Amino acid sequence: MAICAISGFLSLALGGTVMAGGPADDKLVIDGEIEIITRTAAPDGHPLGELISGWHYRTEETRALEADSFQNPGMLYVERGAEIWNTVEGDAGKSCASCHEDASETMKGVGASYPKWNEAAGKPFNIELQINECREANMGAKPYKFDAADQKALTTYIKHQSLGMPVGIDLSTGAMQEWWDKGKEVYYTRTGQLNLACATCHEGYNGMFIRADHLSQGNVNGFPTYRLKQADMVSLHNRFRGCIRDTRAEFPPAFSDSLMALEVYVTWRSSGLSVETPAVRQ
Amino acid sequence: MATPKPRVKVPKTASQGEVITIKTLISHPMESGQRKDKDGNAIPRQIINKFTCEFNGQVVFSCDMDPAVSANPYMEFTAKINEPGTFKFTWVDDDGSVFETENKIVIE
Repeated sequence: MAICAISGFLSLALGGTVMAGGPADDKLVIDGEIEIITRTAAPDGHPLGELISGWHYRTEETRALEADSFQNPGMLYVERGAEIWNTVEGDAGKSCASCHEDASETMKGVGASYPKWNEAAGKPFNIELQINECREANMGAKPYKFDAADQKALTTYIKHQSLGMPVGIDLSTGAMQEWWDKGKEVYYTRTGQLNLACATCHEGYNGMFIRADHLSQGNVNGFPTYRLKQADMVSLHNRFRGCIRDTRAEFPPAFSDSLMALEVYVTWRSSGLSVETPAVRQ
Repeated sequence: MATPKPRVKVPKTASQGEVITIKTLISHPMESGQRKDKDGNAIPRQIINKFTCEFNGQVVFSCDMDPAVSANPYMEFTAKINEPGTFKFTWVDDDGSVFETENKIVIE
């Protein structure tokens, strides 16, 4: 299987005559109201000229699911997230809402600007780590285990408050730039028995097919994403690990330093695209 | 997902004889009965097996569902509105639970 996959990939790459497919020419407006930036000019220093959301690489039917919030199965998780937001947990007798009140105001823009530098921890924090920190320090509740159903729902809910806002992270604080550099190294390092780097597929061959899969630029503006394959929300670190596993490499733990660095770097690579959470993908 | 929760989208008003679009969705895992857990034991089937939409007591749309239907089944259909009234939506679970919701529509 793996040999087939890689030889098919190579012949596709070298042949040059194969239909590339490319991103669909379409426009994403959710519920006829919220215009989503799915194509934008890349930031300075970005190897690609134009950034294109993964939405363009999916079928017409899948794209339609995301354009209607009633049909979007990810919205069920947003609803669940809203319940968690208002539920008291832990020894301090607090819910998220006890301090942060109305998420539609207090969390607006949060999903577009994370990961952020956390001085106390000496590393960048994404939404999941920030939630866990808050649960432990302020609520006296247990931190969520990686990919616990509630972690995914709450993360989805928080990121959804930034729907339509362009992704933009601040690299000037703390050691964010160093983590960006580390992340870039991870992105370009070939790994696994198939000897693939993130860049091999998502930079070099996006728009083409790796067997039946239409390769996107690997932008992260839609995470957590509802994947039809799993019929569930898929977190960014789950997707990182899945991709690395598919190269037949050993994959690092979620929220480990190398994956946090990668998150910083690929979030920067998605700069300017709208937050689509919950996006719908294949 | 915890308890299945039905949701429907029906216009509140329609003109006489208008054909309206109705969208429905229920959160439900639709466990097919074909999967096994970590220990190799079959996970018992639990799906929504029947969906019905009635308008003023008359069936507008109904269907039986089988294990191949995905989680969170979404149904979209149309109905012609000749009089004001109430849509009643019913989902029947394998375990016998019945989930219901109603929506009123008026003629303008």
